[in-house]
This record gives sequence, C-alpha cells and structure tokens, in this order.
Amino acid sequence: MSRVRLYQVGIVAGFVALLEVLCLTGVIDKITMQPPHRIVIDFFRLMASGRLNTEIAKSMGNVLLAFVLAYVIGVVVGTLLHSYRMARDTLDPLFATYYAIPIFAFYPLFIVMFGLGDGPQVLIGFLLGVVAVIVTTLNGLDRVPQVLRKTAQIAKLGPLQTAMRVTLPFCAPYLLSAAKLALAYAFIGVIGSEFIMARSGMGYEIGYAYTNFDNATMYPLILLILLLSIVMNSALSYWEKVLLTRRGLR
Amino acid sequence: MGDRRRGLRNTLVLIVGLLLAWELAYLVVGDVALRSPWQTIRFTVAFVQTDLFWENVTNTLGAFGLALVIAVLLGLAIGFLLGMHRLSADAMEPMLVALYSIPKITLYPIILLAFGLGMSAKVAFGAIHGIIPIALFTLSAVRGVRPILLKTGRVLKLPPMAMVRTILFPAAVPEIFTGLRVGFSLTLIGTVLGEMFAAQHGLGYLLMNAIGLYNIDMIMSVTFLLVVFASAVNGVLLAMDRRLHFRA
Repeated sequence: MSRVRLYQVGIVAGFVALLEVLCLTGVIDKITMQPPHRIVIDFFRLMASGRLNTEIAKSMGNVLLAFVLAYVIGVVVGTLLHSYRMARDTLDPLFATYYAIPIFAFYPLFIVMFGLGDGPQVLIGFLLGVVAVIVTTLNGLDRVPQVLRKTAQIAKLGPLQTAMRVTLPFCAPYLLSAAKLALAYAFIGVIGSEFIMARSGMGYEIGYAYTNFDNATMYPLILLILLLSIVMNSALSYWEKVLLTRRGLR
Repeated sequence: MGDRRRGLRNTLVLIVGLLLAWELAYLVVGDVALRSPWQTIRFTVAFVQTDLFWENVTNTLGAFGLALVIAVLLGLAIGFLLGMHRLSADAMEPMLVALYSIPKITLYPIILLAFGLGMSAKVAFGAIHGIIPIALFTLSAVRGVRPILLKTGRVLKLPPMAMVRTILFPAAVPEIFTGLRVGFSLTLIGTVLGEMFAAQHGLGYLLMNAIGLYNIDMIMSVTFLLVVFASAVNGVLLAMDRRLHFRA
C-alpha cells in the first residue's frame, strides 16, 4: 500500500473512531447520532429487510434517466455548438455564470408547472448536469489536432461521420469526465429534489425519517447514498485513469 | 478593448434571447403555471417594497454572509495547511473531490440534529458547501507555487507566517480568487437549499411556502431575484478573476 493510500485510510479510520468514541461517551447524544457500528448494523438490517427496495429502484431509475438525457443532449449540443462559432460565443456568458445560479430554486416552479412527480426531479438532475457536459465536450473538441480534421476532409467524411469516427473518439477522455460530472449532478439533483419535496424516493425517505426521529432508518440511508455516489465516482475515475494511461497522457 | 465590447454584446444578446424564450414559454404554458417577464418584474418591484421581503431577505443574507466568512476562513486555512505539505495534499485532494461530488443535501438532517432548527444550521450548511471548493483551489494554488520562490523564502529564513504572507499568498492569489468565486456561489446555493427544507425564514422558505399557497407570482419573483443576484455577483467576480489571471 502506498503512503498516500495509508494516509487516506488513516484519516477515514481516525474519523470513524473519533465519532464512535464521542457517541459512546455521550458527547454526541443518541438522538443526534448513533455510534458508527450501530449505523452499520442498521444498514445491513435495512438492506436485508428489502423494505426500501422500491424507493431505491425508483430513485436510481430517475438518476439514470436524468444522466442519460443530460449526457446525450449535452454531447450532441456541444458537438453542434463547436461548429457554430457565433452561437457558442453568445452562449459563453451563460456557461460562465450557469453554475453560480441556484438551479434548485427552480424546483418549486417546476412543481407548479409539471405537478409533484418524477418530472421536476429528473429535470433538475438534467439541468444541473447538461451544461457541464456541453462545456467539457467543447473543451475536448477544441483540442482535436488540425491534422485529424484534414484527414477526415481528405477521406471525404461528412460532418456526422467526422464527429462519430474522428473527433469524438479523440475526445474520449473528455467525454468520460463529462459522464462523471453528469452522473454526480444527476444524483445530486434527483436525491436533492426528493429531499426538498416529493412523495417517494430515497431522498424523501431520509426527510421522512428525520421528521419522525427514526435514526435507525435515516443514518443507514445517508450511508447508502454516500457509498453509492463514492462508488460511482471512483469507478468512473478509475476508467478515466486507464484510458489516459493507455494514451500515454498520465 | 474590442474583446470586452464583444463580451458585452454577447451578454446583451443572451439576456434578450432568454427573455424571449421566457415570454414564449409563457405564451405556451399560460397563466396556470407561469408569469410573463413583464408581469414578474412588475410584481417584483411591488414585492421588494414590502416588509415580508425585507424580513426574509435580511435573514437569508445574514446567514449567507456568516456562512461565507466561515467558508473563506476555514477553506483558506485548510488549503494552505494541506498545500504546504506534499503528502497531505496528495492524500487529501482526491478525498475532497469525492466529498465535493456527494449530494451534501442528504447530510442536512445530521446538521439539523446537531445545530437545531434555525439560523446556525443554515449557516453551517452554507459554509460546508463553500469550504470544499475554496480549500481545493487554494491547495492546488499553493502546491503550484514556483519552487524558486519558496527557496528564496527559505534562504531568507522567513518564519511560516511570513512565508504565507509575503510569498505563498501573493503568488497563489489568482487561483485562490477563482476558488473564492466558486465558493461564493456554492455558499449561496447551500444557504438557499437549507432554507428550502425545514426553515421558517428566508427566501428559500418563501419559495417552498408559495408552492402550498399556489402563489405563482411569488415563486417567479423570488426565483428571478435569486438568479439575478447570483449571476450579477458572479459576473463582477468573473471579470475581476480574469483580470487577475491576465496580470499574472
């Protein structure tokens, strides 16, 4: 194990141990937080009972939908914008400001427009992710060497074929980091909206458990969400690293 | 100068385009769920003169300001401490990135349980959103300072604080400023997000309350104000940011 990895494990283990001690000695009282070992036991019990399977499936389905929409639309729009300089320049201030805007503030408006269902949640997840995908795609396309474009021209490839066979494959590492962003944002958007206001889903269940002082459900669910997002993030990061190493970029 | 004029023109075209799209959406959807830009602006002008507005806006801005101060101080401290120590920086950076990408809103109940319902929970939640990006940008800025500058400091036998004040900070300022800009936005988002769940005051609370009352004017107006405030401040910070990077 490398020194860096050892350091990371030490930090996490130290943090968990500190929480355990604080909980057991009563510095953090029971109503605020259960000791970590208790959370893990509750976590396995909750997962084994299957009580929340439908909620988990529903949330993950919406996350997936928001992710696919944001990714596909983002890459297509990014590719189109790259060949329309004017449109890109005009949208540039929007891209620069977009992530300063609290997108969640639009959630109430979407609820009024589309009703309290899956629609507004998926829309928030989509909106959070799509611009990151567009910007990352544009970034990647900017780095395509001129010689590749010329080769495509000599081979008489049309715009669609050029994108599919030459420029987008070249941008694969960028497209992968766009996917990472879109997935993280889809997750934040869907779970966050469920948490603010919804009728079902993991985020909703956390809010519900909070209002009912049901720590035995709340903490395991929070743990589940943290684990899911960290696992998804590291899996894509690992893939990204493999891709970059193969290209000799890292 | 030409570049700046082009930027201004793009911004204006964009604003007009967005207003047109909004008006179009209003014509399609109608009064049931939307208000036109003109109606929204008119309602907003009347709304900002009410006590209700000032009560909630001072509440939100108070929480936001406090959260921002905490986020900046802690973020800078964490960034400098980790950035000056190679191993800590290498180990903590990916962990901070992972923390950055989790849905922090799910942690809000824990903060509520720890701080109780009210101002302090909101401040804590806003600060958490801002600390991580500020720390990340500061960390990479400090780590990226040219070694020759650090060597000069060591030759002059500067004590650690003087090193930070006279060498690290000035050299890292452009990137740190970018971190502060991102931190500003995220702290605002965090504060409003906190208000949207279980709060009794603030703009976020007004928004959620308006759903129940089906007060579309209020929803449109508060959303509009938040978007205008966030983009205006970000625009100013972005301009300063670019100038700093240009100079460096």
